[in-house]
Amino acid sequence: MAAIELRALTKVYPGGVKALDALDLTIPEGEFFALLGPSGCGKTTLLRTIAGLETATGGAVVIGDRDVTNLQPGARDIAMVFQDYALFPHMDVTDNIGYPLRIKKVAKPARREKAAEVGARLGLDHLMDRRPGQLSGGQQQRVALARVMATQAQAFLFDEPLSNLDARLRLEARTFLKKLQRELGVTTVFVTHDQAEALAMADRMAVMEAGHIRQIGTPAEVFQRPANTFVASFIGSTPMNLLDGVVRGDTLEVAGHSVAVPTSAKGRVPDGAEIVYGVRPEYMTYAAEPAEGAFGGKVAIVENLGATHLVTLDVNDVTVQAIVPEGSEPAIGDDGYALPRHDRALVYRNGELV
Amino acid sequence: MTRFVLGRIGFYTLIAVLLAFFTIPLLWLVTAPFTSNPTYEVKVPDFTLENFQAVIDHPYALPSLWNSVVLSVGTALLVVLLAALAAYALSRVRLPGRDALLYALLLLSSIITGTAAMVPLFQLAVELNLIDSQFGLILILTGGLLPAAIFMMKDFMDSTPKSYEESARVFGASPLQIVRHVVVPLVRPGLATIGVWAVANVWGNFLMPYLLLSDVEKQPAAVITYTLYTEGGQANLKMLSTFGLLYSVPVVLMYLFVSKKYGFRFHGGIKR
Repeated sequence: MAAIELRALTKVYPGGVKALDALDLTIPEGEFFALLGPSGCGKTTLLRTIAGLETATGGAVVIGDRDVTNLQPGARDIAMVFQDYALFPHMDVTDNIGYPLRIKKVAKPARREKAAEVGARLGLDHLMDRRPGQLSGGQQQRVALARVMATQAQAFLFDEPLSNLDARLRLEARTFLKKLQRELGVTTVFVTHDQAEALAMADRMAVMEAGHIRQIGTPAEVFQRPANTFVASFIGSTPMNLLDGVVRGDTLEVAGHSVAVPTSAKGRVPDGAEIVYGVRPEYMTYAAEPAEGAFGGKVAIVENLGATHLVTLDVNDVTVQAIVPEGSEPAIGDDGYALPRHDRALVYRNGELV
Repeated sequence: MTRFVLGRIGFYTLIAVLLAFFTIPLLWLVTAPFTSNPTYEVKVPDFTLENFQAVIDHPYALPSLWNSVVLSVGTALLVVLLAALAAYALSRVRLPGRDALLYALLLLSSIITGTAAMVPLFQLAVELNLIDSQFGLILILTGGLLPAAIFMMKDFMDSTPKSYEESARVFGASPLQIVRHVVVPLVRPGLATIGVWAVANVWGNFLMPYLLLSDVEKQPAAVITYTLYTEGGQANLKMLSTFGLLYSVPVVLMYLFVSKKYGFRFHGGIKR
């Protein structure tokens, strides 16, 4: 087990596309770390550069206390699970799990023994003679994990580990993966485009956009205090309300309403400054009656989220969304009022959190 | 109704004639070797084996079949080895102008084995002291088949996902180990296809060995067939039919074997 450290890591593809722009990142030993971002943001390139499948144009990758920037993937003492699992179709499960040991010239009986041991741990004991083509998606994923565990590498890299699974299986696999990583205690970096997956599994995460890291933090930090409007709009199953506004002394003028400056920004925004007022729909209290500081408007859409409803209000031609518990959802066309929670509302200036 | 019936009758008659066109020569090939005095007719054979005895007694007939095996298997091995390596490189390494190169190769392939290149090829063989040498002939036949083989092989290579190789690389496999453990098993049906295709090509090739081999002891079966005449200068139907049967059986067996073994299926199993 080892920490991973990236120093000013840069990757420029031939043709001038800058996939990674001078990234600095430290992942401590034993951490479960998520790289999150929309497609094309460079998260997979970053993972592949750590693995050595892509050569860095500049900067350094340090694993443990070794600078591995110029080493071949096989010399970096890491193991990787690919998005399609890359199980060799012509080998059975035992041979697949034992393949890393075959490369290390471990004798066949020892390989079989290790494969059986790791396979049993992941509940694959009755499948050891099958070929990957005869396994379900979830079983294939566990074989890929078993193969990685058999390497006893310093760090694991997972590329979109859950994206090839069915929706229901994905939730199960999420819990399983988190539990497994906790038990093994191996530093693990995984890539995902699904913010819910990153929030649920990671100890810490980096949100990426266009080759830059836009925020690093625990899931709670990233969810509650997104560092900029990009992260704010990317994180959360319902997008955050981001409303343009202007500072007027102790209050903000937002969507034709006057709201108090949130706790977090008090005394830090000059009078007259143009800002963006951000508050998650989950942190809005909805009521049918007007209240001090609430956004009033007409209900445009009501979406059923299961135990809750997402209500979209039309407030002076600005869209404001609020989460309403079941049983108290309004009808379309009703007058509604959404009151933001002071301690959870945020103010962004020039795209950055104040 | 009558028109329909007449149409049907006409259709089946046409099919029957077409079938006869292809079946009768085959029937002749199977029956004539077992007939005492074969003619150009298809007759019920009297199941004699003396024609086979005559072929066995012929000084060059059986050795020529062995020569055919040497030439075709030698060429096939060389073609499969070189085409696999070249196609792997072409499939995995980005080269500027790669596709243009491939199409140029494919065009060239029809020229090299074609009659147009016969004179320069003959002169080249003479200069390099490769005339009347089976090894020299194998090299020239390989050169003729390689472009098309590389082209077909590259298609097989392109259809195997890169992640298999990358996965092996991360586990520390060397490039040669990757080729041996991962790439070759994955493209094995492709290798078999190219091998069979090369064997069949060389097995039936008459012109190249006829021109480049002068020693009758080195000639393959395709050329020896051409020399089977009676003293009177007539085609020796006894020898021709029997030798023809012996000449075709190995190729048929090879097709059956390879198609049963590989069946040209791909055991993948990854959802994408």
